[in-house]
Amino acid sequence: MPSLLTQIPKHTKYRHRLHLPAQDPPAVRYILPIQAANMDDFNSETDSDYASYWRDWFISSRGNEYFCEIDEDYLTDRFNLTGLNTEVQYYQYALDLVTDVFDLDCDDDMRETIEKSARHLYGLVHARYIVTTRGLSKMLDKYKKADFGKCPRVMCKSHPLLPMGQSDNPNVKAVKLYCARCEDIYNPKSSRHSAIDGAYFGTSFHNIIFQVYPALIPTKSTERYIPRIYGFKVHAPAALIRWQNGEKDDLRKRLRKLEIDSGFADDGEIDAEDTEDEDAMIEGTQEGGEIANQA
Amino acid sequence: MSSSSGSPESWISSFCSLLGHEYFAEISEDFIEDDFNLTGLNSQVAMYKEALEMILDVEPEEDEDDDEDEEEEEGDESIEGEERITRNRAAADRRHQRIASDLTITESSAEMLYGLIHQRFICSRAGIQQMSEKYELAHFGVCPRTFCDQVRTLPVGTSDVPGVDTVKLFCPSCLDIYVPPNSRFQTVDGAFFGRTFGPLFLLTFPEYDLSRKGQDVIGTGRSGTAAADSGEREKINGMNAHNLAPGLGKGKVYEPKIYGFKVSERARSGPRMGWLRKRPADIQELDEAAHFHPDNENSDEGSTINGISSRHRHAKAPRQNGGSPMSVVTNGEI
Ligand SMILES: [Zn+2]
Ligand SMILES: [Zn+2]
Repeated sequence: MPSLLTQIPKHTKYRHRLHLPAQDPPAVRYILPIQAANMDDFNSETDSDYASYWRDWFISSRGNEYFCEIDEDYLTDRFNLTGLNTEVQYYQYALDLVTDVFDLDCDDDMRETIEKSARHLYGLVHARYIVTTRGLSKMLDKYKKADFGKCPRVMCKSHPLLPMGQSDNPNVKAVKLYCARCEDIYNPKSSRHSAIDGAYFGTSFHNIIFQVYPALIPTKSTERYIPRIYGFKVHAPAALIRWQNGEKDDLRKRLRKLEIDSGFADDGEIDAEDTEDEDAMIEGTQEGGEIANQA
Repeated sequence: MSSSSGSPESWISSFCSLLGHEYFAEISEDFIEDDFNLTGLNSQVAMYKEALEMILDVEPEEDEDDDEDEEEEEGDESIEGEERITRNRAAADRRHQRIASDLTITESSAEMLYGLIHQRFICSRAGIQQMSEKYELAHFGVCPRTFCDQVRTLPVGTSDVPGVDTVKLFCPSCLDIYVPPNSRFQTVDGAFFGRTFGPLFLLTFPEYDLSRKGQDVIGTGRSGTAAADSGEREKINGMNAHNLAPGLGKGKVYEPKIYGFKVSERARSGPRMGWLRKRPADIQELDEAAHFHPDNENSDEGSTINGISSRHRHAKAPRQNGGSPMSVVTNGEI
């Protein structure tokens, strides 16, 4: 990754641009938002007059496509950074760099170290920021544009993914991608993404976003791949699939009893599954003239 | 008939080395030259004869030959083949220039024909063997699912009919299919691999350790070592139990959590798809033939919680072919 520091004259002082808000913005703390707020409230930028060189550079760098831009207001509120000073080497310098007020005269090795720390700090703050109302809305925009890629599972029909971590602690697991349609996690396609720390997105964000925006929950599909040999189902996988369908029907019955919407596309036809299964038994021919019509 | 010895690269090997054609096996000429293997394809492919000649690197025949000759040649092609090729070469060259546009049509017909023969070839003994070598080298990539931990995949089609869908990757570890990561495969017809090859592969090579990662070398001694380390193999409906969806089950099902707390299924955004990645802790729960036996059924009743009700609903008579590795569910039984 090219260092920003090589692009900025060494002694440039831009501390004067440090902008401290008169008071804390309302939604910067990383508490769990209970309901979707009216997004219009947050459209007025408080820091738009102040170009964010480092953050602009960071989020537009190749490989950093999963990150959104953290507001300066959020970064300058010490409350939001609680505990990070022990996680990040040269914490204060790193923070100065991220907020464009870095003015230390030091050698290149030191700059590189601070640069690395700044990226780590940004990631750790990012995990907190994306579960704020403002952060969620920024990630939502990226989700709608499928900036995080699309589910590779054929039956998910290119449903957009969300980045997630399997741990909230750094240096444990790399970032994974969550598909809300099949509710499973996948490895990023590109190696430049698979090297990103999963803790920069955390274990909760991708679930919180659907609590905050329930309208985003995709319709679940029972459609699935069934292994066939010349049109016939294979015994062992077919037995497993039948068992899994039993699990699914049990879930749907439980939800129905509780009068909770199961979210399946074909809700209300639990028993239709088995019939469809039988219909799907089509004998293959050498020419393969038929296409299995699986539900 | 074949001129592969004379030319540096045959049509088949150049086709297989094209970008995006990495999943294809090189069909042996023996297979193509056996008419039985091509049954029915002449009606599915335009310019069938020309396409077949192109695949086998046979020079096109002279148009100007009168009909009698043409028919005669068709009768005993194999005998006169070499001689005819030489005789017709000069004429064929002239013809090449005249019908350059026809060649592109023939080329696409040849690709279609190759693909359809390929669908059959990879289900033959020689073809599936060649595909197993490509599988061992992870030529077909690895499963994108995190819990499958980079296991190798196999190219499959969702239809046996060309033009319906592009090639997909079948993961034996989670029994699901995925879109190949590279877009260059999104123009390759799935019918050229077909629906049968993937599942047939599993039953043909039951001793493969499907849970091995893509970058590990399976090695030639795989069957020997695999058989040695677990002595007696647990079977389930004719498949080695450890090979039935090893990427599914406890610990391999994603559980949504918020700040460490599981999201309840009672929540609107709660989990709904866990069943897709579940697998019973005791795989013998799936062995319906065993369960049908009254003794087994009674003794197992207490140990199962969720599976029992659905299994009872589906209980059927034990199958005659239950132990065969090639056993498939016959029509209507499921
Ligand atoms: Zn999905
Ligand atoms: Zn898999």
